Amino acid sequence: MNKEPLIPMVAVVTDIRTDTPDVKTFRVVGLDGKKPFEHIPGQCAMLSMPGVGEALFSITSSPTNEDYLEFSIKKCGCVTSWLHAIEPGQQITLRGPYGNGFPVDTDFAGKDLVFIAGGIGLAPLRSVINYVRHYRARYGAVDIVYGARSKEDLVDYEEILEEWCREEGITVHLTIDNPQPEWDGHVGFVPNYVKELSFDTGKTVVMCGPPVMIKFTLAGLEELGFQREQIYTTFELKMKCALGKCGRCNIGDKYVCKDGPVFRLDQMAVLPDEY
Amino acid sequence: MQERVIEKAAQLLESGLCSRVLGWKKGEFFYDVTPGVFTTAQEVRNEMVFTPFCGANLSKYLIAESRKEGKVAAFLKPCDTYSFVQLQKEHRIRRENVYAVGVQCEGMCDLDSLTALNLTGITGAEGLGENLKVFTLYGEETLSRKDALSLRCNDCKSKKLLDCDEILGESGEEQDSHRFDQVEALEAMTAEERFAFWRRELSKCIRCNACRNVCPACSCEKCVFDNPNSGVENKAAADPFEENLFHIIRAFHVAGRCTDCGECTRVCPQHIPLHLLNRKLIKDMNQLYGTYQAGADFETKPPMLDFTQEDPEPSIITNGRDSG
Amino acid sequence: MKIWKLDRLQDLFAALAGERTLYIPADVAGQAKFTPWEPGMEMTKALNTNRSAKDLFFPQVEDLAAFKITGRQIQVEDNREDVEDFVIFGVRACDARSFSILDKVFLEEPADTYYKNRRDHATVMTLACSRPEATCFCTALGIDPQAPGGDVSCWVEGENLYLQANTQKGEALLEKLPAMEEGEKPQGDASVFDRLPLKDVDFSVFSEKALLHWFNSPVWEELSRSCLGCGSCTFVCPTCQCYDVKDFDTGTKVKRFRCWDSCMYSDFTMMAHGTNRPTQKERFRQRFMHKLVYYPNNHDGEIGCVGCGRCLRKCPISMNIVKVAKALKEGSV
Repeated sequence: MNKEPLIPMVAVVTDIRTDTPDVKTFRVVGLDGKKPFEHIPGQCAMLSMPGVGEALFSITSSPTNEDYLEFSIKKCGCVTSWLHAIEPGQQITLRGPYGNGFPVDTDFAGKDLVFIAGGIGLAPLRSVINYVRHYRARYGAVDIVYGARSKEDLVDYEEILEEWCREEGITVHLTIDNPQPEWDGHVGFVPNYVKELSFDTGKTVVMCGPPVMIKFTLAGLEELGFQREQIYTTFELKMKCALGKCGRCNIGDKYVCKDGPVFRLDQMAVLPDEY
Repeated sequence: MQERVIEKAAQLLESGLCSRVLGWKKGEFFYDVTPGVFTTAQEVRNEMVFTPFCGANLSKYLIAESRKEGKVAAFLKPCDTYSFVQLQKEHRIRRENVYAVGVQCEGMCDLDSLTALNLTGITGAEGLGENLKVFTLYGEETLSRKDALSLRCNDCKSKKLLDCDEILGESGEEQDSHRFDQVEALEAMTAEERFAFWRRELSKCIRCNACRNVCPACSCEKCVFDNPNSGVENKAAADPFEENLFHIIRAFHVAGRCTDCGECTRVCPQHIPLHLLNRKLIKDMNQLYGTYQAGADFETKPPMLDFTQEDPEPSIITNGRDSG
Repeated sequence: MKIWKLDRLQDLFAALAGERTLYIPADVAGQAKFTPWEPGMEMTKALNTNRSAKDLFFPQVEDLAAFKITGRQIQVEDNREDVEDFVIFGVRACDARSFSILDKVFLEEPADTYYKNRRDHATVMTLACSRPEATCFCTALGIDPQAPGGDVSCWVEGENLYLQANTQKGEALLEKLPAMEEGEKPQGDASVFDRLPLKDVDFSVFSEKALLHWFNSPVWEELSRSCLGCGSCTFVCPTCQCYDVKDFDTGTKVKRFRCWDSCMYSDFTMMAHGTNRPTQKERFRQRFMHKLVYYPNNHDGEIGCVGCGRCLRKCPISMNIVKVAKALKEGSV
C-alpha cells in the first residue's frame, strides 16, 4: 500500500467488456503496463475519476491473474455512470487493496464450496471461483448457483459457459427470474433454487447479492440445516477513505472497509441489521 | 403559568381531545429543556415544563406532527404562533390536526445571556416570574428576568397570540421594539466596515446547518445545498465566498417568509448574529413595498409573491443611489 | 516544577512564539478560539474554547491532493505544504484526552499522514482547571482536570504559573525558555469537582451488556424525536472524527479535499441505491452508539467522550450524550 494512503496512483483502463445492459468489466493496469498490486480474493479497491468522485469496487479478477486487475461494475451512480461512458486508454486513479478478503487458504481449504450469487453479486465471487479453479486440488467439490433477472443480465456468461461449466468437479446452476424463449435452464429466484438444490450441510457457503436475496437465501440455508458459521458473505456500504477512519461504513463496531468486506454470518448475528 | 400549561396538557390528553402534546421536556438543568411529544397525562405531569428557558420554537415540528394520525396539541408562544400561521400560509401544516394552545410570554432567557452577566458554573435556577434565582457552583445570585432575557426577546416584536384554539393568559400587543436599530447601525457603516463586520462574523461559520434545520421558513423536504450536483458544499465552508454566500442565499430564500423568530441566532454554536441578515431584508421590504410582517395574518400576500405596478425596482433605486 | 510569574505571561508567550507558532485560547469575534498568538494577545477568560482543540490536528477542511487532467491523462500532485513546529498552550484535560482518542483512529496503521504530521510537529501545553462549568463531566470519564497531561502540564495558583514537562518534547521546550525558578505547587482547593452535578454519570454500564442490547433499546425513538439533524454536536465535539472526501474543480485542476462530516446528516451514508440509515433515529443512534459502545469495543473499553460539555451547551434542542447515557441505562426516557 502507498505510504500516503489517501493519495491514489494513476492507472489505465486497457479493455472494457460489456457484460450485460448495465454491467461492464474494466481491465486495469498501472502506467507501467503491469498489474497495479497483488490482492486476496474478496478485497476491494478505490477507483476514481478526479472531479467525478471516488468509489469502492470489489476486484473481480483472481489474484492468479498476473497481468491485470478487473472490475465488473454496474451502472447506478455518479462514478459508475462516468466509467460506463469511457473508452479504453482512459486513465483513472486507483488505490488499494482494501479489506480482509475471503479465507481461501484457511477456512476454505479442503472444503466443498457452494457459491451463491445474484446479479452483480457475482463480481467479488468470480475472484474466489477462479482462484479455487487455479488451485483446484486444494478444495473439494464446487457448486455455483447464479441467478439474474434475465439471461442478458448474467455477468461473465461466456466465461461461465466456456470455462466453469466444462471443468470437472464444478457444477454450475444458473437461474433467471422469468421464463425467456431461448432459455432452457432453471427459472426462479435464487433463494428458492438453493432450497430445491438441497445441498449437503457439510459444505461451506459463500454468497453475495442484493440484501433481499441474502436474507431469504440465509433463511433457506438454515432450513436445510446449515449453520451461520458455515456461511460467508461480502458487503458494500458507502465509503470515503477505505482505511477505517472516515466513519461511514460501520455496521455496529465493525468497519466494512477494514474488518470486512467479508464476514461470516455468525459474526453478523451480533451486529445491528443496518446494511 | 407552568402549572396551567401542565394542567391543560394533561387535561387535553385525558379528555381524549388530543392524542399527543407537543411541549417542552425538562432536562438535566433548569435551562436545558428539549422539545418533546407527550402521550400520557402522567408523562406530562412528570416531565413537562414551561420555564423562562423554553425558547425553542415548536411550530416547525408541526409539519411532521400534523401529518400523523390523531390530533396534536401544541403549546405556542407569541412568536411561535407567527411561524405557525406562516407555515399554514405555505400549506405545510394540517391545521385540522392541531389544537393550538397559545401561552402568554414574558420573554425567554438563555444560558448565553446568563453567561454574559459573568455567571459561570450555572447548575440551576428557580423562578417562573419576574425574578430568577440562579445557582452556580460558586454561589447564588438573584437577578431580574429582564436582565437575563435572550437577545431576541429584548427586541420582542409582538406579544400577540395568533390563530390559537385556546389561550393561557392573555394575548398581548405588537411591541414598539427597536429590532431594526442594529441594522441601521450596520447601514451607517462604510461598505468596507460592513464587509469587515460580516467577514468577521461569517468566517466563524462551521456549516453545522443548525440555523437552516431549525428555521421554520426552511421547510424544504430537501435543501438545495444538500444536492450533490449543486456544485456547492453543504458541510464545509470550502472558501470565504461560500461562507458568505450560504447565509446570504438563505436569507434571500426566506425573505418575505421569515417571521423574525430569531431561532437562527439562538442555535448558532458560533454565535453569529444571523437574524441581522433577515432583519435587513425585512426592513428593506418594509421600505420598498410597505410594512409587512410574515405570519401576522392569513390574507396579506407576501411582498415577494405579490406585484403591483407601483412596485419600485430595487436595482434601479440602488444603482441611482450609488451613481449619485 | 518550574515557576513563571503570571504578570509576565506575555513574556512567556513571546518566548514560546520565538521559534514557532504559538496557539493560545483567545477571544476572536466574541468566541474563545485557539488563535496564533501575537504580541499583546490575552488568554480568554472562558473556561474552554468554543470549538475544540482537534481543529489544530484535524482541520475542518484540508486539501488532500490535486489532479491535473489533460485529455485522458491524469497527473497526481501531492501539494501539501510542510507542517512547521507549533505549540498549543492552554489545552484543558478534556481536549488533551481527545487527542489520544483521535490518535487511536488516525494513527492506527495505515496512519493518516496529514493528521500525523501535525501531531508530530506539535507540542501540547495543557492547563489545569480550577473553575469548572456545571456542564463539565470529565471526571465521570476518569479524567483528572487537575492533572491535564500533554507534553507540558501547567497550573495557575496564586500569582504563579507552574510548569512541568511530561515528555521529552516538553523537556526540550522548557529548556529553550529563559531560566525559571524551581518550586513546588501549593495544593489547590479541588472541592468544587466533588460538587459537579454530572460527576456521577455512569459510563461503565456500556461494557456490561452486548452491543445489540444498547442498539435495540426502546429509548432511541424518543431521544431522537426532536433532533434537528444538524451537525453542531459533531462539529464542536473534540472526538468526532468522521470526514467526507470531495473533489472541487478549480478550472485548471481538480482539488481533492476532505472536510468534517456528521453521521447526523441525511446524506452521510447515502449511496446510489439509497441509505442504510433512512431516518434521524438511525443517524442519531449511530452517533451515540459510536461514542458509548462501538469506540470502546474497539479500544479497550475507552469511551469516545471526554466530558467537555460542549454539546450540552450547543445542541439547539438540548439533547446530549449525558441525557442519552442516562436514558440508556434506565432503559426508558
